[in-house]
Amino acid sequence: MMQRFLEVYRGAEVICIPSSSCVAMIRDHYPKMAAASGDVALKRAVKNMLPRVYEFTELLVDKLGVTDVGAFFPHTVALHPSCHSLRSLHLGDRPARLLASVRGLTLVDLPAAQECCGFGGTFAVKNADVSEAMLSDKVRCFLNSGAEICTAVDNSCLMHIGGALSRQRAGVRVLHLAEILASRDSKGTV
Amino acid sequence: MSTYVGNAADAPKFQVAAKRLVRDTQLRHNVRHATGVIRKKRAIVVDEMPDWHELRESGHEIKQHVMRHLDFYLEQFEKACTAAGGTVHWARDADEANGIIVGLVQAHQAKEVIKVKTMTSDEIRLNVALEAAGITPYETDLADLIVQLGEDKPSHIVVPALHRNRMEIRRIFLDKMNLSELSDKPEDLAAAARVYLREKFLRVPVAISGANFAIANSGSVCVVESEGNGRMCISLPRVLISLVGIEKIIPTFQDLEVFLQTLPRSATGERMNPYNSIWTGVTPDDGPQEFHVVLLDNGRTKVLGDREARETLDCIRCGACLNACPVYRQTGGHAYGSVYAGPIGAILTPQLQSMEHSQTLPYASSLCGACYEVCPVKINIPEILVHLRGKVVERGDGPFVERMAMKAAAYALESPERLDRARKLGRIAQVPFTKDGIISHLPGGLDAWTAVRDLPAIPQESFREWWVKRERQTGL
Repeated sequence: MMQRFLEVYRGAEVICIPSSSCVAMIRDHYPKMAAASGDVALKRAVKNMLPRVYEFTELLVDKLGVTDVGAFFPHTVALHPSCHSLRSLHLGDRPARLLASVRGLTLVDLPAAQECCGFGGTFAVKNADVSEAMLSDKVRCFLNSGAEICTAVDNSCLMHIGGALSRQRAGVRVLHLAEILASRDSKGTV
Repeated sequence: MSTYVGNAADAPKFQVAAKRLVRDTQLRHNVRHATGVIRKKRAIVVDEMPDWHELRESGHEIKQHVMRHLDFYLEQFEKACTAAGGTVHWARDADEANGIIVGLVQAHQAKEVIKVKTMTSDEIRLNVALEAAGITPYETDLADLIVQLGEDKPSHIVVPALHRNRMEIRRIFLDKMNLSELSDKPEDLAAAARVYLREKFLRVPVAISGANFAIANSGSVCVVESEGNGRMCISLPRVLISLVGIEKIIPTFQDLEVFLQTLPRSATGERMNPYNSIWTGVTPDDGPQEFHVVLLDNGRTKVLGDREARETLDCIRCGACLNACPVYRQTGGHAYGSVYAGPIGAILTPQLQSMEHSQTLPYASSLCGACYEVCPVKINIPEILVHLRGKVVERGDGPFVERMAMKAAAYALESPERLDRARKLGRIAQVPFTKDGIISHLPGGLDAWTAVRDLPAIPQESFREWWVKRERQTGL
């Protein structure tokens, strides 16, 4: 799959990925996998590709120098800083800065924000009980924050958190950061 | 060879033990409270250090250096310790170490021993071996005493009774110390333990300790603690036996400069341990007159042989990764079925003993990275967890359903056409389970997801399809 990825995106000037865990896989693991293969050409291909790989908010803030995308979103929002965005990519305040420039949006603090939501890929199914216990902590913190929308830069965490909110008929929901940034006054809201 | 880690070989799978433990509301409350207190204290004393990053780096470098030259430093330690009047014994595995220690105690016709907190002795089931030989071991660390009297198992490598609250501890002391009344105030509980232990310190002739560090060039052993029970054990008895894992070696006294700053801050959120004991061999007419060191392998050289995972041996047993781990904080330590719990236990236990007994442990993590962030010697635990998962898969030991699912995913993701076909197939297959775009119940193993979470159905138009349509419409 790594070889296929390299092949498909060989000619791309910029590779924008709206998921920090995918970016972490490419940045942290591709070089090691290529090194382990002993294939010099593969190692070079990975090395050449890495500088062109951007997580969505990195592309906006670092490469394009934009924090105000002209979005309008009149809702109260809490940001879940997903583990990979926080501890692998070190995105820092990039997502929060983008949200702060959205007109009409109120950003509230999420208690214990840096805690994992309990998704963890196959972990959610293999260790379902522990995953659910972690999820229940995250949902409790989100509901306590008073926000209507929980956002993040990872759809996998959002699918997990949103799945619980939907099941509990909590009356609040999740949206990917890109969906909030894409919402406009003229078009109505998401 | 009999290399084992406590009773981990007979422990249930992590997810099985966890299922029961996450329903224990008292345990959850106790663990959440205790880890919360330690984490807060740790954060304060770590954030105040301007050179924390450099200290972590130094600790990492020292340990890496030692692991590359472990043979040299171990022999240097043996030579120095012997020259100072100590005796060094080498134990390949748990049974050998137990045999040596029981033999030493019996040589002094002792029927009792006092112990300073040593997780390594739990690793080799030393208390079981001592009791089998008619020798009574007394734990003198307060938390270890609570665990021993409560006929319980340790649940944390630094705070073994972390899962107990003071009301529960009061009950254990009342029952086991034959007291008629006792309050649950911490100072009263400590006072009861002090009375119970004091006469043992004065009477019992043999003490057994572990080691936080063993200094190669001087042959010294270092133990840090908070209660003074360690100081009693290493100074009052006639005979002192220290059980030391071979990875505890550091080259020189000066290297303590790094670890005595990072260990207490990481472990208990203290700037310095209340008691830092360092002793070298035997001093005539002062302290124990006979000193033995048992250097233990018990699977450690096997870990050293795995380049991808040998960092595991760098661990200084501070327990910061346990307190930071969102999985540990939901289950406590017993779910790990080993004396070593939490993230470090999840990588250490399966490596020390053969993988088949503990292969669910590398999966007991969401790979959130909180453990790596707090580790004072920078062990990349998430990476080692992934490496060990790889070993499970290579052995073909993964669950059948998972192997099939991974194969199917690899097939579908091989080309856009296949992915497209899989998506279309999915849209048909999901119909019986979908209502208003939401899937609330899935069959078979997939219900592990839908038991507590809904799943959005595969949309009728994917991003890819929307993109193609948009290009066509706008003529781009």
